[in-house]
Amino acid sequence: MKRLLLFTISLALLLAGCAPKGPQPLTVLTHDSFSVSENLINQFESENNVKVTFVKGGDAGSVLNKAILSKDAPLADVLYGVDNTFLSRALDAGIYSPYQAAALADIPAEFKLDPQNRALPVDYGDVCINYDKSYFATRNLPVPQSFSDLTKPEYKGLLVVEDPSTSSPGLAFLLATIARYGDGFQDFWRQLKDNDVTVVDSWETAYYTNFSASSGHGPQPMVVSYGSSPAAEVVFADPPVSESPTASLVSDGMCFRQIEFAGILKGTHNRALAEKFIDFMLSKSFQEDMPLQMFVFPVIPNAVLPAVFVKNTQIPTSPATLDPAIIAAKRDAWIQGWNSVMNP
Amino acid sequence: MTRRARNWLAPTLFLLLFFFYPLVRVLLLSLRPEFGALPALAALPEFLKVLQFTFFQAILSTLLTLLVGVPIAYLFSHFDFYGKPILRALTAVPFMLPTVVVAAGFNALLGPRGWVNLALMGAFNLSIPPITFVGTLSAILIAHVFYNTTIVIRLVGNSWAQLDPRLGHAARVLGADSITVLRRITLPLLRPSFLAAALLVFLFDFTSFGVILLLGGPQFRTLEVEIYIQALQFLNLPAAAVLSMIQLLCTLVFSILYTRVVTQAVVPLNPRSASMNIRPARTMREKVFVSAASIFIILLFVLPMAALPARSIVHLEPDRGERGNFQPALTLNNYRELTINRLGSVFYVPPVEAVRNSLAYATITVILALLLGFPAASALARPARLERIIDPFLMLPLGASAVTLGLGYILAFNRWLYAPLLVPLAHTTLALPFVIRSLQPALASIPQRLRDAAAVLGASPGQVWRSVDLPIITRAVAAAGVFAFTVSLGEFGATSMLARPENPTMTTAIARFLSQPGGLNYGQAMAMATILLVVTTTAILVIEKIRLPGSGEF
Repeated sequence: MKRLLLFTISLALLLAGCAPKGPQPLTVLTHDSFSVSENLINQFESENNVKVTFVKGGDAGSVLNKAILSKDAPLADVLYGVDNTFLSRALDAGIYSPYQAAALADIPAEFKLDPQNRALPVDYGDVCINYDKSYFATRNLPVPQSFSDLTKPEYKGLLVVEDPSTSSPGLAFLLATIARYGDGFQDFWRQLKDNDVTVVDSWETAYYTNFSASSGHGPQPMVVSYGSSPAAEVVFADPPVSESPTASLVSDGMCFRQIEFAGILKGTHNRALAEKFIDFMLSKSFQEDMPLQMFVFPVIPNAVLPAVFVKNTQIPTSPATLDPAIIAAKRDAWIQGWNSVMNP
Repeated sequence: MTRRARNWLAPTLFLLLFFFYPLVRVLLLSLRPEFGALPALAALPEFLKVLQFTFFQAILSTLLTLLVGVPIAYLFSHFDFYGKPILRALTAVPFMLPTVVVAAGFNALLGPRGWVNLALMGAFNLSIPPITFVGTLSAILIAHVFYNTTIVIRLVGNSWAQLDPRLGHAARVLGADSITVLRRITLPLLRPSFLAAALLVFLFDFTSFGVILLLGGPQFRTLEVEIYIQALQFLNLPAAAVLSMIQLLCTLVFSILYTRVVTQAVVPLNPRSASMNIRPARTMREKVFVSAASIFIILLFVLPMAALPARSIVHLEPDRGERGNFQPALTLNNYRELTINRLGSVFYVPPVEAVRNSLAYATITVILALLLGFPAASALARPARLERIIDPFLMLPLGASAVTLGLGYILAFNRWLYAPLLVPLAHTTLALPFVIRSLQPALASIPQRLRDAAAVLGASPGQVWRSVDLPIITRAVAAAGVFAFTVSLGEFGATSMLARPENPTMTTAIARFLSQPGGLNYGQAMAMATILLVVTTTAILVIEKIRLPGSGEF
């Protein structure tokens, strides 16, 4: 009896060792706006014998908070969604493990903000003012060409912006004005306030309640939104339209470039698979899938943009940028400064 | 173990594990020196202003809610009229609508391009919209009334319906007029449920977040908004922790005040069957009251939300931007679009699945909250020293910041965070104070004499419970169940922090649609919001129809 038991157990163990391994699990923590085509993920999973689980953790700040809080026992293997405004904070917290991906060699230097490759750039987007084309056309009003134009009387009350304390595009727009005016940004905002700028809490409110060219049919024809929003208006138009009803103001310095990063979390048990996933995110197929899924732009130079993007988006030639370390150091003070002008 | 201790065991353990433990962990961690200095203390004057505004708007909102809610409670507890069940259900629907949806509805009605302003501009040939709603304190107050009146209606209305009318009749026979009856008999008897409603409404207004942000705008800052900004924008956890503790302390103080006042106020009387109090309107004055109150309910509760279904089936394109040239056309395209995964995204949510997930979470929450809340409410109905100490702590989940709690869950549960069961458990934590507060006045109102009489006649404790307690508290159990259900369905903060993308709920789906531009996204958000409205109204009607055997006319 005993010998039979021993024999069965050994046989079971042997068979278990020889059985084909089931898919390995891989967990990716992302922000809420993350999206990817189902067939791409399926392809990745079958090629690498892996089961990918996505965990959405809120917006960029929320996701970063979660990653920092769970540093000692990471919630996931890969973290995607930290952008350049939070980058310094993320790097200082030491949540990433460096990875020298092969694809990095082709990515332009302007995106590689971390020389140690702990956070690798995956996509970028521009926060720009979107304007309602027909509003300006019917009134024969020229669109503003610079920030100082926004303070002119013909644009009084036409702009809606978001609060930088509660909105990521709001913060990006504030940073763009700081990149332009430096410490004098408060004077500019005072002039904007005198010119009846509307401030709301979030992008959703600004776009769907205040913006005139969205389905909300609001009162303001200019809104701080994304450079890709005009393309989204075409993709999601009902009934279909041939060209976008909106466009972006992309004069020098009027847009702020947001770059989003991914990285392998320190302490992961799936290092090899995590590396493969990062390579997958930097691969041509993923990068070309991103525009229509997340409405962001690819960082690798040979990715082809979809036609609707080529036709309807305007990519700024020199967007505003700021050093992530300076953003991290002065962000709080800048937001307080903005608050003291706008909510005295 | 004594019966009393046994009653408290399950709810206390539950709250300890799913509320106090995560909370303590995040607070302790945030106050560690390595997370940076405590700049919160340095900026204290700023926070005092925030605290002051939080109290101010909460007190004002609560008073307004009581003012609006008490007459409506009177309406529902005394009169029968055409359309009553559905009007009653509709007053509860706002409670579970996510703020994004409510803000959209109010904007559609009262915004710069809302119906009211468009009508006024057309009628009086104005060029700028005369009514400014969004961005004002009135918007915050009205939205709070919109959200929370159902609490007053249910808690106060239920006990009012079961008041013994003979006391009032006796007073009249002795010469009292109706004002005196109201003042000296009705209101004192209603005090426990009135105070319970006032406390719940106040706590909700105190910790209000979405309404302040979306309808108030950036110049209004409450504690909860400040905690959110400090934690998630500035990543300043120490400041957020200090604010959370202040918030919890205020909640505790108010809960203690409540327990002190309410234990003196409970007067057990024979609860009557509601049918003794409810009847159709007879006199002209009563008929006018019923009609006026019904119209008011429709104006306040139905009209703001009517915009959502309207926008989900109406085409307002294509001449966007050219005002006045709308080509309205009815379409079901948005609903059709919900079922299509147009971009092949891996995160596509079939609407049926979203509805199913929301309902599943809500059902589990109701069952758990009732199972845990019932023993606690029973113990509280006969308070001894133990109850007086525990009672205030039971309200704390309502006063805790969702952000802080969410971060605490990450620390406490780590990878267990992905367990789907954690979402209804989090919802139960929020629903438990509600359930307890709803059941407690009802349980306290059961006269011990009735129970003793049944026992003397030979009933076992179980039979006593089934034949005496249960029929009397059926309405309260239904109300508690409805609250738990609506808290779960409308919960967004904790759900978005805990839910896996594969198990989306209706509210997270709506938020996803509204986070991208495009007519189809907006239309689908409206369509999903309409589905949410229909599902929740139906569910409430169903729950209220549940009558346990033997509860008869109660």
